[in-house]
Amino acid sequence: MPPTDIAHPTVPTLVAPDRLKPKFTRHIKERLVELLLMCCGLVAVFTTVAITAILVYESIGFFNYVSVWDFFTGTVWTPLFENPSYGILPLISGTLTITAVAMLVAVPMGTVIAIYLSEFAPHKLREIIKPALELIQAVPTIVFGYFALLFVTPMLQATILPGLPGFNMLVPGIVIGVATIPTIASLSEDAMRAVPMAMREGAYAMGANKMQTALTVVMPAAVSGVVAAFVLATARAIGETMIVAIAAGQNANFTFNPMEAAATLTAYIAQVSMGDLEHGSVGYRSIFAAGLVLLIMTLVLNLTGHFLRRRYRRAY
Amino acid sequence: MVTNLQERPAQHAATQIKAEVRNLNFYYGEFKSLKSVSMSLEERKVTALIGPSGCGKSTLLRCFNRMHDLYPGNRYEGEINLKPDDVNILSKDVDPIEVRMRIGMVFQKPNPFPKSIYENVAYGLRVRGVKSRARIDEQVEQALRDAALWEEAKNRLDDLAFNLSGGQQQRLCIARALAADPEIVLFDEPTSALDPIATASIEELISSLKKKVTILIVTHNMQQAARVSDYTAYMYLGELIEFGETDAIFVKPKRKETEDYITGRFG
Amino acid sequence: MNGMNMNTATASAPSAPLRDLGAMRARIKSGILRQQIFAITGILFTSFAVLVLLAAFLDLLFDGLPRLSWDFLTNFPSRRAEQAGILSAWVGSALVMLVTMLAAVPVAIGAAIYLEEYAGKNWFTDLIEINVTNLAGVPSIVYGLLALGLFVYHFGFGESILAAGLTLALLILPIIIVSSREALRAVPIHIREAAYGMGATRWQMISDHLLPYSRGGILTGVILGMAEAIGQTAPIITIGALTFIAFLPPMPVTGEFPFLSLQWVWSEFTVLPIQMYNWVSRPDKAFQLNAAAAGVVLLAMTLMMNGLAIYLRYQVRKKIKW
Repeated sequence: MPPTDIAHPTVPTLVAPDRLKPKFTRHIKERLVELLLMCCGLVAVFTTVAITAILVYESIGFFNYVSVWDFFTGTVWTPLFENPSYGILPLISGTLTITAVAMLVAVPMGTVIAIYLSEFAPHKLREIIKPALELIQAVPTIVFGYFALLFVTPMLQATILPGLPGFNMLVPGIVIGVATIPTIASLSEDAMRAVPMAMREGAYAMGANKMQTALTVVMPAAVSGVVAAFVLATARAIGETMIVAIAAGQNANFTFNPMEAAATLTAYIAQVSMGDLEHGSVGYRSIFAAGLVLLIMTLVLNLTGHFLRRRYRRAY
Repeated sequence: MVTNLQERPAQHAATQIKAEVRNLNFYYGEFKSLKSVSMSLEERKVTALIGPSGCGKSTLLRCFNRMHDLYPGNRYEGEINLKPDDVNILSKDVDPIEVRMRIGMVFQKPNPFPKSIYENVAYGLRVRGVKSRARIDEQVEQALRDAALWEEAKNRLDDLAFNLSGGQQQRLCIARALAADPEIVLFDEPTSALDPIATASIEELISSLKKKVTILIVTHNMQQAARVSDYTAYMYLGELIEFGETDAIFVKPKRKETEDYITGRFG
Repeated sequence: MNGMNMNTATASAPSAPLRDLGAMRARIKSGILRQQIFAITGILFTSFAVLVLLAAFLDLLFDGLPRLSWDFLTNFPSRRAEQAGILSAWVGSALVMLVTMLAAVPVAIGAAIYLEEYAGKNWFTDLIEINVTNLAGVPSIVYGLLALGLFVYHFGFGESILAAGLTLALLILPIIIVSSREALRAVPIHIREAAYGMGATRWQMISDHLLPYSRGGILTGVILGMAEAIGQTAPIITIGALTFIAFLPPMPVTGEFPFLSLQWVWSEFTVLPIQMYNWVSRPDKAFQLNAAAAGVVLLAMTLMMNGLAIYLRYQVRKKIKW
């Protein structure tokens, strides 16, 4: 050993006293910390379990009164009437109609905007628009609800759709669609950015122009990420509550006509929660049954979306 | 490997110039990365660009198909004249897409598109607006044959290109470039991502392709340049130090710097 | 016919030869035209989306700004629209946020540390990860149902600030976990090795090095999560937050020993978005203007928090060069 090491004055103090404690106590402390952190991680698991358990538990109570067959095939939903009827189809038709309108707006616009931002827009413009998209995604949806009910609907009534009722599915659908554009554009743009430059160069070197490169090479390469964006956005639209609760009306209505008013699964849950429903009553339990249907619909979509996203992340 | 050397013609009969580089300067923003380069490519010959990394050989190669136009802040000065019509392909009046349709490129790492083998090779034809299925079929087959991939690929043309091995993918990229009937094919270190066996087959392919097309190849591997090329240009710090017949460059370089590099005393 | 015939003079492919410059130029020209149409569509769509969203904000501002005043912030809701204010709503929002932050932040950071630094690649880690990603996609109103069944009735918390705060904490957990993990992952491996090389235990390495170095990124995630929580309406409706609250919860600080009181967590409450929802659904125009004013306050708060988070992330990215 070189003598300078021994002579160096700071060497002895480098060995801090607690380093000399028996290994055993240090291990216990480390194990405890790890256990505590693991419990934090388990909160996520418990939340999922609790959500499922509560929904299933209350739904079982509900299905003691209502047959599963009537629930899924009935076209009249009037749980709060004196002569209640529990057919969920009207709530599902409302949810699907509004989601369809929203996606008809958001998918084409979001995709084109994503392609434009990723492949065409000047760098500076993208640097402004990208954070703006994130910012818009954070806007509370109740703000859009206000916009739908008190701006868009009156505007459409005054211009191109004079027959549009004050509550309808068209406007909340459009507004959810516009509010969802940033989600689709942002996620799709991420997927397209992830496509390696080498692939674009390959297309350009073949004499492709920007549009051909974007549509025939970048899009196919990013397709799983882009589809994932659609799927995740659809799940969000299905779960959206405040815009529909404000602007789509509160009456369950078995129709796919967007010009009519109709409640969705979420709007029904919100509406019932606002009232004074007795804990444990069938009406109270009906919101859990509606919630379970909602959860299953979104869960399937979310799992698909995440599976697709993982695929494109692995690819590059 | 040595056999490839024998395939090279011992002497060059009356050859034609395919492209001529004249006083080419190139700037990445403020940085001048090519300094007054002049050289020429002979028709249906292989010309190799060698030199230490950062010497500008890839930069020069990418001038030939205006790849630098894809990124902002790049600037060309000087000329690359394509014969026989003698157009300066660096001119602002010439559409870079036209240049890329005339001059194909094969990249360092195989970069097939996320499409089937068939669609990868057909891509250039589709970009050019060729609609006839029969004609595309024919060109795809011919290109795959020229790229020595037909036998391996003919029964799986609808397979995704990513399912091919690295060497096969690179041959697919060569077929993709050939299918569009380019006048020159640029190779940018085409074997640097491949294992020795795949490398040998690509080299063999390059040697056989020059019967049909003019080739410019960048390589970091001097032996490769010696094996496949007819002409070699040695570049250093953005300048063309020496350019001449490969045999002459490797056997009897005129400049001291070239000799140092080739004998491994430097680089 | 050999399409690969490289001799231009004799090339005679079935249709126009590929080397025909005229055909090539015509093709390029038509391609460029289509490309320009596409680019213009992109610009139009982007502008349309921007304009509609701008219209939404401007509409809210025009309706709401004139109503904003000191009185509006310090008055309780009222039957008379002109006298109504959002005092109980913003105090309620602030207290709910406090509970949410205290509950969510330690748990989320703990989970992030566990997943990044402790968990191995096994089914157990996968289970946690799948749950985190899934929870991020569960509609917020479903969290409300969970809270209604679990916190309100099963645990007997009632329609309290505590129940609401915990609900929102669960809801924003995935957001904070995901961004904290990203922040931890951004600390390069050699920092960890340096700490271990000095003889640090794992927890010492984490508490002395990882957490301090990644706090900017973690803070960004916390702010984003809180901004998400403050705008949440649906889960709070489900819990049964009241819409007409003309009192404030008991103050957390009291005049007598021990000076701090937790009574407020059991209090009934309302929050800003609920107040806005209540006003928006009234037919009376004056109340709708109140809703707009509450919306302006809400929007300003979320945008400020998000702007701060974006700025912070930008700073973190700019500063740290490992």
